[in-house]
Amino acid sequence: MSALIEVSGVSKRFEARPTIGERIAAKLGSAIESRTVFAVDGVDLKITKGEVLGLVGESGCGKSTLGRIIAGILPPTEGQASLDGAPVMGVGRRPVKTTTRVQMVFQDPFGSLDPRMRVGESISEGPIAHGLVTRAAAATYIAAWLTRVGLPAQASERYPHQFSGGQRQRIAIARALAMQPDVLVCDEPVASLDVSIQAQIINLFLALRRDLGLTMLFISHDLGVVRHICDRVAIMYLGRIVETGGAAEIFAAPRHPYTRALLDSVPKLVLADDSLVTFRPIEGELPSPLNPPPGCHFHLRCAHADQRCRSEIPRLAVVADGGHVACHHPLTP
Amino acid sequence: MSTPLLQVRDLATHFDTAAGVLKAVDGVSFDVHAGEIVGLVGESGSGKSVTGFSILGLVDAPGRIVGGSVKLDGVELVGAGNAALRAVRGRRISMVFQDPSTTLNPVLSIGTQMRLALAAHERLSDVAARSRAVEALTRVGIPDAARRLDAYPHQFSGGMRQRVAIAIAMLNRPQLIVCDEPTTALDVSIQAQILTEMKALARDSGTALIWISHDLATVSSMAARILVMYAGRLIEEGPTAIVLRRPRHPYTLGLLNSLPGNAVPGRDLVQIPGTTPSLLDLPAGCAFAPRCTHADGMCATPPDLVRDGPRAVRCHHPVNAERAEVETAS
Repeated sequence: MSALIEVSGVSKRFEARPTIGERIAAKLGSAIESRTVFAVDGVDLKITKGEVLGLVGESGCGKSTLGRIIAGILPPTEGQASLDGAPVMGVGRRPVKTTTRVQMVFQDPFGSLDPRMRVGESISEGPIAHGLVTRAAAATYIAAWLTRVGLPAQASERYPHQFSGGQRQRIAIARALAMQPDVLVCDEPVASLDVSIQAQIINLFLALRRDLGLTMLFISHDLGVVRHICDRVAIMYLGRIVETGGAAEIFAAPRHPYTRALLDSVPKLVLADDSLVTFRPIEGELPSPLNPPPGCHFHLRCAHADQRCRSEIPRLAVVADGGHVACHHPLTP
Repeated sequence: MSTPLLQVRDLATHFDTAAGVLKAVDGVSFDVHAGEIVGLVGESGSGKSVTGFSILGLVDAPGRIVGGSVKLDGVELVGAGNAALRAVRGRRISMVFQDPSTTLNPVLSIGTQMRLALAAHERLSDVAARSRAVEALTRVGIPDAARRLDAYPHQFSGGMRQRVAIAIAMLNRPQLIVCDEPTTALDVSIQAQILTEMKALARDSGTALIWISHDLATVSSMAARILVMYAGRLIEEGPTAIVLRRPRHPYTLGLLNSLPGNAVPGRDLVQIPGTTPSLLDLPAGCAFAPRCTHADGMCATPPDLVRDGPRAVRCHHPVNAERAEVETAS
């Protein structure tokens, strides 16, 4: 199957503009340190139609930035993301999104819904503006999407603050779906929800996927959630993708030492009678994205690192079961 | 067993709001023994954090402790004066909060904050205070501690800041530390480091911990005994491994079934229907009844917490061992 979403050579750098003090200091000849954050660094990624791809990594690894680039709401510094071969964003000084076929659901349903807009207005604003529905037919349209995400049609008349966190996330999902997207980019959509509510929203995603055949990029730091709903997984570390592959394969036999360490760090429900801490933590911390280490970004924390890892950037290479790993010394399953 | 270090009896903490009295904690009783790690789990609004704050008398208006007792080594803390509480807080019981970036003072170096925490409870020379601080920071795994004393909180990463907060909590070698979601804001790799270190520290120093969390897996890796709260009340208690393998309360079972790690990938999760009830408007009987598949007429009267050996459950129709199907997590 061909790729619906294709990300090629995408990098995103954020540069802090020097302050007045720093500009004066620079004029006087003192060197100011570079403040460029390498959020995303040369990422290639494909998502096929109907697939749910999990994008996993710790905070600061660039997963949300990559998600926003794919959703067409953040222009990349280099490379491009395209949908069916057409770029999701235009180019130029002020690039704008060129498609409505990719929509986004954000982590915090308290911040992503306009508190002064009725739920119905939030849901219908986009579809009306883009001519997907007429103003006259909007009420029926809103009701259909609210029902689809498990809310009563009357919710349309109320304001976001009248809903709980789980219900608000349903509203945010309805708002994204009302644009009739082919691709949904979900950035930590269940991270801020309680366990019992989280299960309800996960089930909603599973149902939407079955019924609407949605293609999804599911960004999360929660490996349990990702394993449950994703077909394929991409692991990010400090701006780069270090491993991709089928969810079952990666969780059973990760090839990258970072993936292995990440899986080992997750606390498991201890069902044995002695409750001992069973994980082996990764040493050290995430290096600063302001000043990433040369070579493999993970080498400072990796038990397998050698001279080559310190100087040469490992490229993503195909492994036996169809996955890809960027490591000079991949683990054997 | 010996006399418990901490005895909480019928603790009730209410908040007076414009909409009425909110019963955040409503009749909670439990013991913590010296050196023991007790897990306190529940979802948001279950009252787990307010229970922790109430133990240290840290409930501010409009909240107030309206009843019950909290005894540390037999000495009552509820209603004790400010001076008496100050002598206990930070010295015999201390607390680690969820977000170290808001609990550390941003304008004082961590060395100063540690010196103040020591000076509040004993007279120490600056040199002695400094060496105690360096020792505490080293113990929580902060490299080059002597130099880091002059650094400010913003110069530390999130994980390191939480280590500083833990070091401050352990400075006066307390008998009990109340840990309120101390690893929730951290990445999994850093969380794993802190959990491992915290467990070792508690064991080596004989400090008891109350580990408050919404994450069953984290609690199961820390605590030998678990307390489950729902809508301001304890609904289940017992040895962690046994409670998680054979939960007796339908809510505990529902929570375990909701975890994606416990299910077959791609299959619908067994979800608990509905949402947590408003604490302003609790059902007259069992608070969980509206969401419970086992509920019947009996559940209109509030169930008592019934003890059976080390276990206790507050339910008219406890799930029995054979029916509880918790798949073993991988």
